[in-house]
Amino acid sequence: MDNAATTKVKEEVLNEMLPYFTEKYGNPSSIYRLGRESRNAVEEARKKIAKGLNADPKEIFFTSGGSEADNWAIKMAAEKLESKGKHIITTEIEHHAVLHTCQYLEKKGYEVTYLPVDEYGMINLEDLKSALRDDTILVTIMFANNEIGTIQPIKEIGEIVKNSNALFHTDAVQAIGAVDIDVRDMNIDMLSASAHKIHGPKGIGFLYAKKGIRPIPLIHGGAQERSKRAGTENVPYIVGYGKAFEIATNNIKAHNEKLIELRNYLMEELEKNIEDIKLNGHRTERLPGNVNYSFLYIEGESLLLSLDLAGVAASSGSACTSGSLDPSHVLLAIGLPHEIAHGSLRLSLSEFNTKEEIDYVVKNLKDIVARLREWSPLYQDKKERA
Amino acid sequence: MYTEKVMEHFTHPRNVGVMEDADAVGEVGNAKCGDIMRMYLKIDDDIITDIKFQTYGCGSAIASSSMATELIKGKSIDEAMKLTNKAVVEALEGLPPVKIHCSVLAEQAIKAALLDYSKRTGKHIDGLEDFDPNEDAHDHGHEEDED
Repeated sequence: MDNAATTKVKEEVLNEMLPYFTEKYGNPSSIYRLGRESRNAVEEARKKIAKGLNADPKEIFFTSGGSEADNWAIKMAAEKLESKGKHIITTEIEHHAVLHTCQYLEKKGYEVTYLPVDEYGMINLEDLKSALRDDTILVTIMFANNEIGTIQPIKEIGEIVKNSNALFHTDAVQAIGAVDIDVRDMNIDMLSASAHKIHGPKGIGFLYAKKGIRPIPLIHGGAQERSKRAGTENVPYIVGYGKAFEIATNNIKAHNEKLIELRNYLMEELEKNIEDIKLNGHRTERLPGNVNYSFLYIEGESLLLSLDLAGVAASSGSACTSGSLDPSHVLLAIGLPHEIAHGSLRLSLSEFNTKEEIDYVVKNLKDIVARLREWSPLYQDKKERA
Repeated sequence: MYTEKVMEHFTHPRNVGVMEDADAVGEVGNAKCGDIMRMYLKIDDDIITDIKFQTYGCGSAIASSSMATELIKGKSIDEAMKLTNKAVVEALEGLPPVKIHCSVLAEQAIKAALLDYSKRTGKHIDGLEDFDPNEDAHDHGHEEDED
């Protein structure tokens, strides 16, 4: 139950990819038939993606994934618009691909405003309005958060940024397939996405950059990706991404209905069976598959290890799972004290999960939490206080 | 990432629980950092006849506490004072570098309990003169690759 980390490649996606490793192995830049076949396959995939976003295929640039697209968008915008200003606005809860890129730019002399979020992980639109300045060149705000699942009011943000001098970029890695995205209607100038979160392969993503932005090349060389990202295209992965994207964006409503039902069932069962737990994120404005709770008096890594022994894969915002001293920056940004952030557990569902699996997880989790609490001096203190 | 020994002590910790009639109790760590260890000792004639622990923390913190209790149960106070975090790591057949502080906490938790014993009984224990149970064991082992 760690589908926010990655997902299984769908059978039909894999089947579309396979011929492009062997019999259809042509280089899209070659003019003979084999090459043209690959070119057509790449462009078909680009069209499918553009269609799903209401974008133009010329606005889609394939990358190695979401992190590359985030890096490219932010650094390129900073370089392009340097003469207009050096101020960037982002949030405290971005993915590290955005946060660390912003921190890198700070070292290069850019000024970055990190918008705070409320206890549910939502930014305040008034904060955004007052942070915007004449020299603000970029606003980068994630569509939906990978840890707590909170979905930002992207359309409203786009509306605000449209009336400023800044470009609006959004990291939509978690939102694709979960939210209907229309880049025109939402006034999104740049958007990053990744295939492996929507049952596509790892190692492929894209940057959408609105016509007129003319991205600064990320890789200089050949004419691939409109000369903005040189290097022979990863044809089978692009084909797989096109297919996965098509499936994910064609069925958003039905897909969400099924996932929300599963998610709500998991949340109800957890809240019914385990005491002293706290939901992290927004109760309704959250990704359909995202569940994140803090289990008081215990620590997340021991929770994950125990779940793993029961055959359940999950994730935690505890410091002990990241190799750093502090728990997740997202959980701290929503105001959790360290000890509650250390006890967080994220379960992220996909359409392949079942109610039976949820029953199994809840049953095991109940035992694990009880056992770890019996071992915990914090729980001992709580019992003695009661 | 953990050795079989660590996993074995994590899944079946020895001497875990509360001791109602402990002769000494020591606690180190804090919830902010994500680990707290509490050790309860029963001491007769300078021998640690019984020991219990409670730990809030990651798998290696629980395993380190368990191993430390096993290493000093039945030993004299002097022998317990000689327990080092290195000995705990070796007995666990290794800990990942970022988890070494867990073994340091285990060593300190025992010393904290012995300090409590010394205070309660007025007995002097060699080696506790400069020991401060509130000192942070978190200064080492954590590395971050940054450009």
